[in-house]
Amino acid sequence: MDDLLSEFLTETNEGLTTLDMELVKLEQNPNDAELLSSIFRLMHTIKGTCGFLGLPRLESVAHAGENIMNKFRDGELSVTPAGVSLILECLDQIREILTTLEATEQEPEGDDSDLISRLNAHAEGGDAAEPAAAAPEPAGAPVEDAADDDEEDELERAFREALGPEELAAQAAAEASAVPDAAPAAEVVELKAEPAPPAAPAPKPAAKKPAPPPAAPAADGGSSVANQSIRVSVDVLENLMTMVSELVLTRNQTLQILRAHKESDFATPLQRLNHVVSDLQEGVMKTRMQPIGNAWAKLPRIIRDLSHELDKKIDLVMKGAETELDRQVLELIKDPLTHMVRNSADHGLEMPSDRVAAGKPEIGQVILNAYHEGGHIIIQISDDGKGLNTDRIKEKCVENNLASEAELDGMNDQQIQQFIFKPGFSTAAEVTAVSGRGVGMDVVRTNIEKIGGTIELSSTEGKGTIFTIKIPLTLAIVSALIVECCKERFAIPQLSVVELVRTSAHSEHTIEHINETPVLRLRNRLLPLVTLRDLLKLTDDDEPEGDEKEIREDNFIVVSQVGTYTFGIIVDRVFDTEEIVVKPVAPILRDIQLFSGNTILGDGAVVMILDPNGIAAATGEIAVADSDLGAHEDRHLTGNDEKVAMLVFRSGDDAPKAVPLALIARLEEIDLTKVETSGGQHVVQYRGQLMPLIPMQPGMELEKEGRQPVLVFSDRERSMGLVVDEIIDIVEDRMNVELSAEKEGYIGSAIIAEKATDVVDAGYYLTQAYPDWFGSEAGKENFESDRSKILVVDDSPFFRNLLMPMLSVAGYDVKAVESASEALTLCENGEVFDVIVSDIEMPGMNGFEFAEAVREDHRWAKTPMVALSAFASPADLMRGRAAGFKDYVSKTDREALLLTLQDTIAELKGAA
Amino acid sequence: MSDTYLENEDFVTFYIAGQLFGVPVLSVQDIINPQRITPIPLAPPEIAGSLNLRGRIVTAIDVRKRLGLPAREEKESMSIVVENGHDLYSLMVDSVGEVLGVDESSFERNPPTLDQRFRDYSQGIYRLDGKLLVILDVNRFLDYGRNADAA
Repeated sequence: MDDLLSEFLTETNEGLTTLDMELVKLEQNPNDAELLSSIFRLMHTIKGTCGFLGLPRLESVAHAGENIMNKFRDGELSVTPAGVSLILECLDQIREILTTLEATEQEPEGDDSDLISRLNAHAEGGDAAEPAAAAPEPAGAPVEDAADDDEEDELERAFREALGPEELAAQAAAEASAVPDAAPAAEVVELKAEPAPPAAPAPKPAAKKPAPPPAAPAADGGSSVANQSIRVSVDVLENLMTMVSELVLTRNQTLQILRAHKESDFATPLQRLNHVVSDLQEGVMKTRMQPIGNAWAKLPRIIRDLSHELDKKIDLVMKGAETELDRQVLELIKDPLTHMVRNSADHGLEMPSDRVAAGKPEIGQVILNAYHEGGHIIIQISDDGKGLNTDRIKEKCVENNLASEAELDGMNDQQIQQFIFKPGFSTAAEVTAVSGRGVGMDVVRTNIEKIGGTIELSSTEGKGTIFTIKIPLTLAIVSALIVECCKERFAIPQLSVVELVRTSAHSEHTIEHINETPVLRLRNRLLPLVTLRDLLKLTDDDEPEGDEKEIREDNFIVVSQVGTYTFGIIVDRVFDTEEIVVKPVAPILRDIQLFSGNTILGDGAVVMILDPNGIAAATGEIAVADSDLGAHEDRHLTGNDEKVAMLVFRSGDDAPKAVPLALIARLEEIDLTKVETSGGQHVVQYRGQLMPLIPMQPGMELEKEGRQPVLVFSDRERSMGLVVDEIIDIVEDRMNVELSAEKEGYIGSAIIAEKATDVVDAGYYLTQAYPDWFGSEAGKENFESDRSKILVVDDSPFFRNLLMPMLSVAGYDVKAVESASEALTLCENGEVFDVIVSDIEMPGMNGFEFAEAVREDHRWAKTPMVALSAFASPADLMRGRAAGFKDYVSKTDREALLLTLQDTIAELKGAA
Repeated sequence: MSDTYLENEDFVTFYIAGQLFGVPVLSVQDIINPQRITPIPLAPPEIAGSLNLRGRIVTAIDVRKRLGLPAREEKESMSIVVENGHDLYSLMVDSVGEVLGVDESSFERNPPTLDQRFRDYSQGIYRLDGKLLVILDVNRFLDYGRNADAA
């Protein structure tokens, strides 16, 4: 295909994708001028480029779309869903033409006049978008449009007759003459006619030369971002990658030689070479990685269209879009993902009325979540819809002869749900236009397994469905522990290694046996062990072949964790850790579950990479479906325990100060000239109300003019601004507050971003603004009895101190205790609470156990419980619900907690 | 010239247990001397292991074992590296012979009496002077999926 044309196709396709996303955004924020002009520019660029290449049909469609956009931009038309739908339809038409263009290199024959006249009609008269109304030739802009068309047709004909095959060369020349003007592409079209004839006889090389400038109209259109990246074929990168790998090996050999010669002139340059090669390797690796968000780009549009088509209200939440994975893998999972999101929205979510009837929010959620875990990428697609109906699945199975009723009776729900992955299965009673296009979950599964991934599902009827896709990184740098067993080396991904234990007959750690099964006592727990030698059926040539394959006295145990399952792998020796490139194993070896790949070590040897998941599965300890929920939870426990986003700012002295970001409603910079004084207090008009400003430092004088950063705290109708000197940063860090209530207004100090930081007690300043902030409700006698009593159970003093003022502010009577057992003591003492809010990760009795204990005790059995955790994933939610929690809220999500409490208490009152 | 090109095809030849085999020269990536091979536990017995060929991981296959022949006496052996799909495989053979151009007219189909495994992996036979050249069908030889399905 002609370079120019293929360039155009790629560029336009990219442009269309961006447009899709931006239009959906626009529909939500119709007044965003910047967005509008960005969309207009994109549309204009597409139209311009079409004109450029002599594609009249495309151009006229794009032109009509651009017309509307222009009116949107100029404010002549207001952005309406109907208008946006029309433009999206226009984009689809362009896309369709492009597809044929790509296949045949010819613009297909066809008539777009219907669409164009509808577009024009909309541009003219707003919502009168019916085709019938637009039948008569509209006046004004459309006339101009038609004129354009005619002109181009004429040009086109002239081109064909005059130039024939030289057409493109001529155009390139035309382009060249057009570019110096940097004229908008529309003008280029007109210019074509004149320079074309002289260009025709020009020799090819000369005509080809100006080809690169197609970027010019794009730049003119304002997409300067595009200029910062270039397209490189994957082959080139692949080749580069291989070369770098070889370079690394050669470097390693050289370094090895260097070690033998201590005093060498080569030492310094070789060290330098060493670093450069490492950087190079890393850089090349990065070129192949792309954020998964790229594969999600189309989803907002799909969901938007779906919600219109199905009359459902759908909220698409995308988390972890920045998670990077190999480009190739990305391409391969794009379609399955799209299909699954569609499925979730179509089959999973109920109609709004059904949702309301079921006591759920009207708006259904589809959540996409991606993250790295143990050398894999996990992608979760969850919805809070109706879940899988096992009875329906059973019926279907019998209908389609997938299984007999007797067989199904012997299966648990989990097993029955797996049937949706069988070929020829669709649970929706009716096949809608949306899903059920002959692509079933079986195809999704096949595609995912093709790239060595797995897909699991967990569904609770009435609550929702979670699909968990696990894909290996085919090309990723992983830090791995190199171990030896029977003279063979193996790599274990460092991520799943918890610790190393050395055992010998005389040390404190000794391997013991229960019926020949080795176990290890480790910190008062019994750790199950697996022997790598037995697992891999390895034999050591040196060791005498005996019946008694006694484990050697000296052993290393690699303690690994897969999900919640912790086990030890017995190996002979442990070497260093090494950064390795995971390469997929040959297809003929893919069936061996124990390996996740292979790699080449620094010394050039090939080693197999052990897959702890596979080992865990092979030793038969865990059910596969559990592992993922468990693994997920585990991530919370080990990795992100109590991480909280803090706003760090400066005020008064140099010591940084911090306040939990969750407490802050907004950050503002106020104009000091607008500050007024009322009742001895600084106030400012803010969102139609007077907001008191409290200086962080007592007696701090506000300047007369300039701007001052203010942290705005809001609660219901009230707001107050805390005046600070400078906002420094937002830091997400693990919190360890050293409590000290010595200074008024501070909770204590903590190490944040490696600096001692004062943690501000927001509650203190709230009462400064409104002395009655806390007391407002408490003061009203009749309200007093109504105040709901809340018990907060959290082991972290920080969170207790965070929640207490926050909940008090919200008008609750709060009691906080630091452990589940303390809470249960209160229960023994006959205290009564309206709601219990409990942390999940706590030493001793954890939240789930606590909830179960509460449910068993008749006194508190009916008290609703809300779980609080650093993370609130759907998996946690389900587990929490199973344990007896009414809801599960993220610790950092203040709004959600308050809302949940409100709902819960409203329900209580309603019930009473 | 073009006529002879059509009628002649070049094969890299090798011996397995005294039998001459050939693979199309264009499918051969490399001929390598004995290498350090990392055994792969739990793999089928004919998979000798994997090795590093200029930064690419190559799976070594013992052709004798794959054909169900007894193991050779000397441990070291030459290998012919072929590409299948996007993966490289090194076929461990007894010895590597010359590159032969053969006349298309001397081609014969597999005799039906041939051993099942030979028949599976042989594309056909060329009658050469004094010996027969069995053409190894590399794709089928390396297609483990098909075998698994059959089994």
